[in-house]
Parts: sequence; C-alpha cells; structure tokens
Amino acid sequence: MRYSAFGILKEGFSGNKGWKPLWRNPDPKPEYDIVIVGGGGHGLATAYYLASKYKECNVAVLEKGLIGSGSVGRNTTNIRSNYLLPDNTGFYEYSLKLWEGLEQDFNYNAMVSQRGQLVLFHNDGQRDAMRRMGNIMRLHGADAEMLDVDGVRDLYPFLNFNNARFPIHGGLYQRRAGTVRHDAVAWGYARGADRKGVDIIQNCEVTGFRIEHGKCLGVETTRGFIGAKKIGCAVAGSSSRVMAKAGLRLPIESHVYNAYVSEGLKPIIPGIIVFGMGHFYMNQSDKGGLVFGGYLDGYNTYAQRGYLPVLEDALEGCMALIPALGRVRMLRSWGGIMDMSMDGSPIIDRTHIDGLYFNGGWCWGGFKATPASGMCFAHLLATDTPHEKATSFRLDRFSRGYLIDEAGVGPTPGML
Amino acid sequence: MIIDHPLLGPRDSQEFTYLGDATLLNRPDWKSENSSNEFFEYLYLRDNPAGPHRELWYHTYGDQSWLIVTRDTVTHEISHVELANDFKRKRGKGA
Repeated sequence: MRYSAFGILKEGFSGNKGWKPLWRNPDPKPEYDIVIVGGGGHGLATAYYLASKYKECNVAVLEKGLIGSGSVGRNTTNIRSNYLLPDNTGFYEYSLKLWEGLEQDFNYNAMVSQRGQLVLFHNDGQRDAMRRMGNIMRLHGADAEMLDVDGVRDLYPFLNFNNARFPIHGGLYQRRAGTVRHDAVAWGYARGADRKGVDIIQNCEVTGFRIEHGKCLGVETTRGFIGAKKIGCAVAGSSSRVMAKAGLRLPIESHVYNAYVSEGLKPIIPGIIVFGMGHFYMNQSDKGGLVFGGYLDGYNTYAQRGYLPVLEDALEGCMALIPALGRVRMLRSWGGIMDMSMDGSPIIDRTHIDGLYFNGGWCWGGFKATPASGMCFAHLLATDTPHEKATSFRLDRFSRGYLIDEAGVGPTPGML
Repeated sequence: MIIDHPLLGPRDSQEFTYLGDATLLNRPDWKSENSSNEFFEYLYLRDNPAGPHRELWYHTYGDQSWLIVTRDTVTHEISHVELANDFKRKRGKGA
C-alpha cells in the first residue's frame, strides 16, 4: 500500500480500518540469493537498495530480536557531513544527499529535518582548523559557512558568549545537517524492502556460519539452516561476536556512547549545537525533549547503558554553554553500543571467506551513514566490486598501512 | 565502578585510565620471521568478547601502576585484579 495525502484522507473518513502492517512476518525459506545478517538501519537499508536499485529481490534480513532494536534506536539522530579526510567527507556527503531524497524514495515519513548544525570554536587554533574543515567540505560538494560571533548570536542569542574559560569566537555552520526520526528510518526501509519482496525475519538469531572449503554456504540460525549464495553481515555493535562465529578477529572494540533526554519543553533550540571544548552537543526533538549527546565510557562494554561521570561531564558542558537550561530536568539516559574501529572509520568489504561480506566499524558515524552504507553494501553484494564512494573502506587497510585516521590518534578506539 | 587495587584497596575507576585488552603485554618479537604480521595482529586485532575480559588499567591519579583487571563487559562485574608487574614477574622475563 502506497502512502499519500489522498490515502490519509480516505482512511480518515472510513474509520482508519484499511491500514495494513508495514511488513509481513514470513517464515524463512530454505535458501536465498542473499542473506543479510542484522535487521538494523544498515541491514534494512542494504536489503532495500538491493531490491530497489540492484533488482536482487530473493533476499532475507535475519534479525535476532525485533528490527530496529539495536543502535538505530539508540543514537542521537543527527545527520551531517563535516569530516576532514576525503574518503570520509565524500562518503558522508553522499549519505546526506541520499537522506535528502529518502522519504520520496521509500515513500515513508522519516521526518528528515535539515535544521542546521553549528560547531562552535573557542580559540584561534580551533578557528583555523574549522576553516580548513569547511573548505574541505565545500571541495566535496557539501555546504559549510564560517560564522563570526555576530553570526552565531543571530542564530542562538542565549549562548554564554563570554564564558571566562571558553568564550565563543564563532562557529562552523552546516545548514543541510539536521535530524531524522531514527525509528522511522528502520521502519521505512523495512517496509520498502518488504514491498519489493524481501523477507524480514525477526526473532531469528544467527548462531553460526556453514563454511566449507573456504566458501560460506549459509547460516545456522535458531530457526534452522538458511542457505545463501552471499551473506552480508551488518551487525555493528556486535560485529566481533558475530564474525567470531566465522573465525574472524576484527580491528574493532565495542564501546558505549552516552545520550540523554530532558523533559519536554516548548521550542527553544532550533538546530544542533556542538560545544567545541567538551563532549557535548544537543538538539531538541519534535516532541520537545532536549537530546544531549555525551561521550564514550572509555572501556570495552556491551552494556547498553552509560555511567554517571560521563553524564556529569556532558551536563557541565551544557551549563558552560547554555546556563538558561540550568533548571531543566533530565528524563532518561541511554547508551548505544558501537563498533569502535582501530582508525575511527568504517569497513565495507569482502572477507577472506568466499561469499561472506562485512559491514561494520561505524564508530560515531553509524546513524548518519545509514543510507550510504546500505547503498554501498548493496553495491558490493550485488556486483562484487566496491561502490565508488567506499573504495577505501577495506578490511585489509590496517595490515597494508592505509588507515583512515580522522582524529589522527592511532589505534586507540576508546579514546578517539 | 570500583577497582579493588591490590596495594591501595578499593578505588573509583575514574582515578584510572583504560588502555585495552591485556594481550598488549605480549609484544611480538621483532626478530621473528613473521614479525610484520604478528605486529599487525598485536596492534589492531582484538577478541572484543562479550563476557570476561582481561584488560589494562593505569592508575593515573594514584600510584601510577598498571593493573590487569578481569571485568565482565556485559555486567561490568570485576572478578580479579592484579598488578601487571606481578604478572610479568610470575611469567618470567622474555616469556
């Protein structure tokens, strides 16, 4: 069923009785052309683009729990393309362009809202670094504007401009950045894929890979063996655990990212604000809650919750930047488990096992990358060649020495 | 999280800096035939288990010792703490 304004009117006048579930709940077939492991944003996007762009419709997505119950439901929903290294900037800008046309493409309201992201700088060194980043972004077709103090003041007059330690000297502004309703991304891709014949199989955990003579023939699951010509794993957060079942050790550690939301307020923060001197950024959700992004706990973990010192640090940043929020009450916190790769950049590649493909290592960038990740992984699975936007996201770049080290800190995944 | 330091007793984990998997203590031999591959594995590849994990913590705001902490990465329960020095001494030089 295609959604339209006319459809809403029609259903409104007929008691809303005609709405159908967004996707079927089929039993797994014994064999598929392509099996995607992981029904999160990236897995579902991959299945959607396989079916819509690459005409691969004999596809199944296997999800251990319910779709969208991993990190696509546990992030801070920002989309942007402010990166420094060409491989990342080009890729994330491609993703942002896909976000811009996404809702029309998959006929679902994902509430893509390009409300702008402002990254503040507080000293001359940061200003120069941001000018450089802005120029790099523009060279890759992204938008970036340098704002001086007056420009920032026009946008956000309530910031604490004259903080004694961290006075605001300006900011780098990307107007096309914004937020998306994260759950709707998973649902929209699931519905889009399902409409094209992809089987979305929930509550089906992959327990192993059947590998013979260096070729992967299918997956063992809690619902029996499922054969496939090609298997793509998109299970960021749990990549090491899943790929270990195929005997792979990955250049990845799992870390938790902290996020918080306040009680609902009337509209006060129109866009995304990033503090340049601490681990803190925020935006306001359409429900009115202030969404705060914090930082990593700093040690390996699979627990989907953060710890208090990181919350304190984020809220100190908030108070330094926007003292007006001092009496806002916090509502809840959550943590998303992320694949922190050894250079801070993702991996979309074949493995050394024939027929087994890997997508992961998304670090901070997983949510905003969803459409481009799905497109590039679908391209790789369908054509066996890397997508032009993802040629450098190779699994073997660590052994070859071609790292994409955005933060320039070496293999320290918990400290990026 | 509280880390039970073998010399100083229970200390808040905020006093420590985390480094990572304790396999970092097993630096490969640079003279071995296959050293470039061994160093690649040493530097970049991790088991990253969900469950008990032996890991290195440095007591930055304390006695600046390295500890080997065995901690469950799902529950954050710490089951064992020892000084990295003691471990290396027990293991013997060059092992």
